Amino acid sequence: MSLRTGFPEQPARVYFFGTCLIDLLYPEAGLAGIQLIRREGVEVIFPQNQTCCGQPAWNSGYRDEARAVASAQMACFPRDYPIVVPSGSCAGMLRHHYPELFQGTPQHKASLAFSDRIFELTEFLVQVLKISLSDVGKPVKVALHVSCSARREMGVAGDHQALLRQLKNVELVEPRRREECCGFGGTFAVKHPEISAAMVEEKATELVATGADTLVSGDCGCLMNITGHLGYRKETLQGSHIASFLWERTNAAES
Amino acid sequence: MQQRVEFHARADRALHNPQIRSNFRYAMDGLIDKRKRSFPDLDELNRLRLRCAEIRVNALSKLPELLEQLEACCTKNGIQVHWAETVGEANRIVLDIMNRHNAKLLIKGKSMVSEEMELNHYLEQQGIECLESDLGEYILQLAGEPPSHIVAPAIHKSRQQVAQLFKEKFPDIPYSDDVDRLTRNARHILRRKFYEAPVGLSGVNFAVAETGTICLVENEGNGRMCTTIPPVHIAVTGIEKVVEKLSDIPPLLSILPRSATGQHITTYFNMITSPRKPGEKDGPDEVHLVLLDNGRSRIYEDQELIATLRCIRCGACMNHCPVYTRIGGHAYGTTIPGPIGSILEPQKAGLDRYGDLPTASTLCGACGEVCPVRIPIPALLNRLRFERVRQDHTGVTRGQGSQRDPWEARIWKGWSWMHANPAIYRLGIGLAAGLRWMLPKRLGAWTRVRSAPRLAAKSLHKLAREKGLDHE
Repeated sequence: MSLRTGFPEQPARVYFFGTCLIDLLYPEAGLAGIQLIRREGVEVIFPQNQTCCGQPAWNSGYRDEARAVASAQMACFPRDYPIVVPSGSCAGMLRHHYPELFQGTPQHKASLAFSDRIFELTEFLVQVLKISLSDVGKPVKVALHVSCSARREMGVAGDHQALLRQLKNVELVEPRRREECCGFGGTFAVKHPEISAAMVEEKATELVATGADTLVSGDCGCLMNITGHLGYRKETLQGSHIASFLWERTNAAES
Repeated sequence: MQQRVEFHARADRALHNPQIRSNFRYAMDGLIDKRKRSFPDLDELNRLRLRCAEIRVNALSKLPELLEQLEACCTKNGIQVHWAETVGEANRIVLDIMNRHNAKLLIKGKSMVSEEMELNHYLEQQGIECLESDLGEYILQLAGEPPSHIVAPAIHKSRQQVAQLFKEKFPDIPYSDDVDRLTRNARHILRRKFYEAPVGLSGVNFAVAETGTICLVENEGNGRMCTTIPPVHIAVTGIEKVVEKLSDIPPLLSILPRSATGQHITTYFNMITSPRKPGEKDGPDEVHLVLLDNGRSRIYEDQELIATLRCIRCGACMNHCPVYTRIGGHAYGTTIPGPIGSILEPQKAGLDRYGDLPTASTLCGACGEVCPVRIPIPALLNRLRFERVRQDHTGVTRGQGSQRDPWEARIWKGWSWMHANPAIYRLGIGLAAGLRWMLPKRLGAWTRVRSAPRLAAKSLHKLAREKGLDHE
């Protein structure tokens, strides 16, 4: 698994892979990601036949089932445009695990070409679009939680930070043990709920201890897990996907 | 499915034990911090990891030849080499040596392979006393517990708990929870035993094929005592610990202690190449090397899973594992716990026995990131998740397919069908959004500590259609 070293010039158009969690639970985050890209003068296409990257089945050992879903996704993005994904976890699946999933199949070569076109959203905004943000929001303290896949598989923790640091009224803080997993882990939370609960309890405590007003993350799996627990504890700390947060802070019409 | 219940029960017990939770959290925070500070230059670390991975990959790529070379060189040097396919055979080899010398006491340095063999238990049944001389292992022997960590075996115990244990076992010694005093007391008790024991046993960190050298890394000096004072020294090791050349040792020795405890070098590093030679002042008269397979050659057969055997037993993966930190080593129920244990032990003993362990990970990647020999632990956990439910039975892993639950399999089939058919998927999410008021507020274990997620009124698919983003 290797991290990307070079980046292309700004393209005329891109595909957007929304992810199933955003589709069902956080569609506004997907829309915000699309709007951030369009504002930079790039056309965004959202193919209607996309569903899920297949990661849940892949991480559960059901490889044939994952491959069927992955095949269907590859067919949705026929042209060679970059594919932008507002999730480190799904981007990691598409970019690093598709070639493993199709190893030894006739689609292996296609999966390599496909995975090469995958960009995580913050990576795309910073490295390809070289976006410049101007903050129109009120002063706020923000705690950043970078997902394990964004940090380790995609190597985009720095891009998350760079975007938030562009916002002049945002005080960025990170919790103690920031590199530790929040305990979601997809089906892990279902198979080992007690361990997952112990992990999210500690993560939430550290996030609350930062004194932040808002929790920002680039992954909806972590957000669903952490904000679910914060809500259960009736904490005031609210969660936001980084795309929604950036769009709200920089879109004068909405603030 | 027996193992599953046991793992969950043990993990739950640990999760609800505040002492265990705080002992591990405190110790792991410390070890993470020490490792980090011992690698200030990340480029150097990455170069060293590449080099060490290369050394281990090279050794495993010619494992059979190197083992034969090791045997030949050891034999030439006067070290007697024994092969054991199973732990039963390895135990019998040790017993035979003990019996040949009429030995009733074995003094032991730290050895995870002897834990794998359950050697103490076996020898004690034969009327032979085993005495652990590593302080952590000695504490556990007193407490009658197995190790919970491969480098710091008694890490689950606090200083006060150890002091209490000493008070119970040695009522004549005044109580103290001062670490130096506790160590001094143990040292005093153990020292006499080194002179009494006719046989000493140790593990092996690396075995060098080209010179027939046994390398032993340790901090307490007990390893050197076990291997030099008793007239007979037995070293036990897994067959994977061999490296090709003596020049392979410096990089490995540079990365192992830093990854393990953040030390640049351990207090002692022993290189044993022969029994005592004429005119030498110390050293044993006999040295034996027991090479144990116990399922390792099966792991060797698979070109992906073979990476498991690169492990140099530093423990960094468990130190950095958020699951291990919560549940501790005993919950795994294996000789080696944590991420490396979760890939190694199910392969050795079979997925039918330890099929749950590969699922006990969020795949967060912390283990793979710190592994000094770049074992892709998350990828191998994923691979074993496949092995545990695969149906074709063409893999090399024992117990493959044994964890396939027909209901779970049917759910994944249905899931796959829905997500591979966009029209069905869109229909499904449309229905779910329309009926979202019907969704229950409680969703099993998820909502035990979380509020239920709320489905959006309109999916991103629908929003994108409304905005005309679905076509060029």
